[in-house]
Amino acid sequence: MPTPAAAAPSPGALLSLTGIVKSFGGVRALDGVSFEVRSGEVHALVGENGAGKSTLVKVATGAHAPDAGEVALGGRVIARLDPLAARRLGVAVIYQQPALLPDLTVAENIALAEEQGAPWRRVRWRERRRRARELLGRVGARIDPDAAVGRLRMPEQQLVEIARALGSDARVIFMDEPTASLSERETEHLFAVIRELRAKGSGIVYVSHRLEELFVVADRVTVLRDGRRVADRPIGELDRAALIRLMVGREVSAAAGEAARVPGDAVLEVRGLRSRAGGLREATFTLHAGEVLGLAGLVGSGRTELARTLFGLTPADGGELRVRGQAVTIPGPERAVALGLAYVPEDRKRHGVVGELPIAANLTLAILRELSRLGLLDRAEERRRAEQMSARLGVRAPSVEVPVSTLSGGNQQKVALGRWLATRPSILILDEPTQGIDVGAKAEIHRLVGELAGQGLALLMISSDLPEVLGMSDRVAVMHDARLAAILPRERATPEAVMTHALGHGAPDVEAAAAR
Amino acid sequence: MASVYALLLLALAVFAPSFHRAGNWRDIAVANAPLLLTATGMTLVVLTRHVDVSVGSQFAICGVLAGLMAKAGWPMPVVALGTVAAGMAMGGLNALLVAVLGLPSIVATLATMVTLREGLRWATEGAWVEDLPPNFQWFGLGQAAGRALIVALSLAVFAAIAWALVHLRAGRAVYATGSDAEAARLLGVPARATVALGFVALGGLGALAALLTAVQFIDVQSSAGIGLELKVIAAVVVGGTAITGGRGTAPGTLLGVALLGTLGPALTFLGSHAYWERALQGAIILAAVASDAFEGRVVARPVDVVPEGARAG
Repeated sequence: MPTPAAAAPSPGALLSLTGIVKSFGGVRALDGVSFEVRSGEVHALVGENGAGKSTLVKVATGAHAPDAGEVALGGRVIARLDPLAARRLGVAVIYQQPALLPDLTVAENIALAEEQGAPWRRVRWRERRRRARELLGRVGARIDPDAAVGRLRMPEQQLVEIARALGSDARVIFMDEPTASLSERETEHLFAVIRELRAKGSGIVYVSHRLEELFVVADRVTVLRDGRRVADRPIGELDRAALIRLMVGREVSAAAGEAARVPGDAVLEVRGLRSRAGGLREATFTLHAGEVLGLAGLVGSGRTELARTLFGLTPADGGELRVRGQAVTIPGPERAVALGLAYVPEDRKRHGVVGELPIAANLTLAILRELSRLGLLDRAEERRRAEQMSARLGVRAPSVEVPVSTLSGGNQQKVALGRWLATRPSILILDEPTQGIDVGAKAEIHRLVGELAGQGLALLMISSDLPEVLGMSDRVAVMHDARLAAILPRERATPEAVMTHALGHGAPDVEAAAAR
Repeated sequence: MASVYALLLLALAVFAPSFHRAGNWRDIAVANAPLLLTATGMTLVVLTRHVDVSVGSQFAICGVLAGLMAKAGWPMPVVALGTVAAGMAMGGLNALLVAVLGLPSIVATLATMVTLREGLRWATEGAWVEDLPPNFQWFGLGQAAGRALIVALSLAVFAAIAWALVHLRAGRAVYATGSDAEAARLLGVPARATVALGFVALGGLGALAALLTAVQFIDVQSSAGIGLELKVIAAVVVGGTAITGGRGTAPGTLLGVALLGTLGPALTFLGSHAYWERALQGAIILAAVASDAFEGRVVARPVDVVPEGARAG
């Protein structure tokens, strides 16, 4: 493989940004930020959403041109950096939202980033496939190189994105929330790859909201707040609490809200539920009013599949369902909604909110029938309800009439949640409710979840964030290989116990039949 | 669609065996060779998630220009080059509007379609180009050789583009751009340039098609190519190219041109009324779009395979 011309070996900085300023329509996203990446270090970049991390990554990789400031690579100042030039100079990026081409194959997506040269150069298909297989192997993924990327699921797409970045033999690699949808095992694999790259003298910029990961993998950390750099320190000098203080500029209790609730009656009883189409082999559990049941497991263990089957999105082909004691079947989402179920899906952008529509329209989308008479929508009532809900959720926006796409991830998630709360459900299924959102918003979502349970809602919360599951749940159900493998009461739900079951090593520990 | 076409050919073999005479096939090939060229160019544009409805107007202008240049006594190779250059220039105008100024292609090319057509009407006052020199019709080669040249040239250009789409980096850039222009840009694929190139290539191919059509007659009509855009886009869509870009093949377009081009003569041979042709074409287009949408739905369905990497050992 052609190695991009490595810059003259300079002691220290592979990439340095000096005094970067970047505004979008009057909003100053970056305000004189300096940042550098040295050879052989993993440099964490943290900050709340909207602090300017993504913008900084985009400036450093040539996707955005800065309004002021300098970008230097290998000691040379680059006047006009574009994505192609950046890659030629040895900069690669793993984007949070995989920037992949859905209609093209995995092999081609990987190859496009690597292959340089004139447009009339021939494409070597066989070589592409071989190379794709090799790179995917390096990140520990078994994905068919000939599959269209659009058919892959989020975690698989993320692995393709990572494999692609590795392939370019880059000197500086930006990773923006690379583990957002990865399982623990895949994350471990990624860390091993990162250490290998570091040993070879690459510089890695690691952006993540999962602070635990930073302490595992990073050497240095830069903290951004409101478009300014507030710290650039070796990570050893900081602890979790100090880091959070720097990010938010105020004290936030990092531990998720203590669950101290008394569960009520069983509202949802699931016995032997399975769905061949949905890839769910067996699930048996009971969900009570006023309870948060955490659903842990590796990515791909069938958690989302369970949620989708419960909600009628994929047909069940066996098992029993009881809602408030009544035996029911849920052939489709309409029925699920009628029974008081609500499902806030994982992929916020695609299924959770309609980005182009204003907050108000999003919040009332599921209850339009209630708001209209003879098909005519009562706009005043819509606005009133939306403002009420928006206030209840603490959505931060100038008004409920702004498009949801202009909000930060955390606020979008609140809107997605609010849309379903408007239906006044009795059973709420949350799929990765805090994925990719900042600490402050995360704490607010946690507070909301606690409040909702306190109001008697039954919550099933899927999360790959172990501290979150353990902190928020009254009980923790663990899935392994498309089966619900164990249900652990709060006092026995230790990280070790959950991981043991998630990896399929646990003895059967589903609650005794008497408990149901 | 391939099976539909096979079925049509089979039905013809059974009910109207005379259809499969060499002479009839030659006529169909000659009549549709220019359509194939334009449709191939249109495939490039549609693959980048754009469309060009001004091809009919470009076609008319290029035909008239070819005739005028020949009348002015220019040698045929120069006439051919000049025509193609004119087509590329008009494609370049569309490229400027769409790729550089960022206008939506359907509106921008609708504007150029009307402007170019009315401009031509104003310039020619509707007159045909007549009294063409003898070396113009059939390139002065006589009917048999001229026909062979038209078909051979069209197929050669088609084959070159079909190959390039699969095997050249530029071809893959077309798919990447149509699949997700922003993601392609971040990968260093020059998305805008690719879109622009698609329009310019379509302009050149449309011009060649206009020339190859003009030389089949003794004079050039200034009203040629009206409705051509619909025929061409129909052939592309019937050939399985997604109107949303990123998905489709050149051989598919060949099949689309063949199917729609055989339909008219086939109906005549089967003793049916030729009036049915348009209605049947419409039905075929609908079937093609429906099957594409159905396939899209299958893709959108969640994949029920548990990712291998996630299974813990």
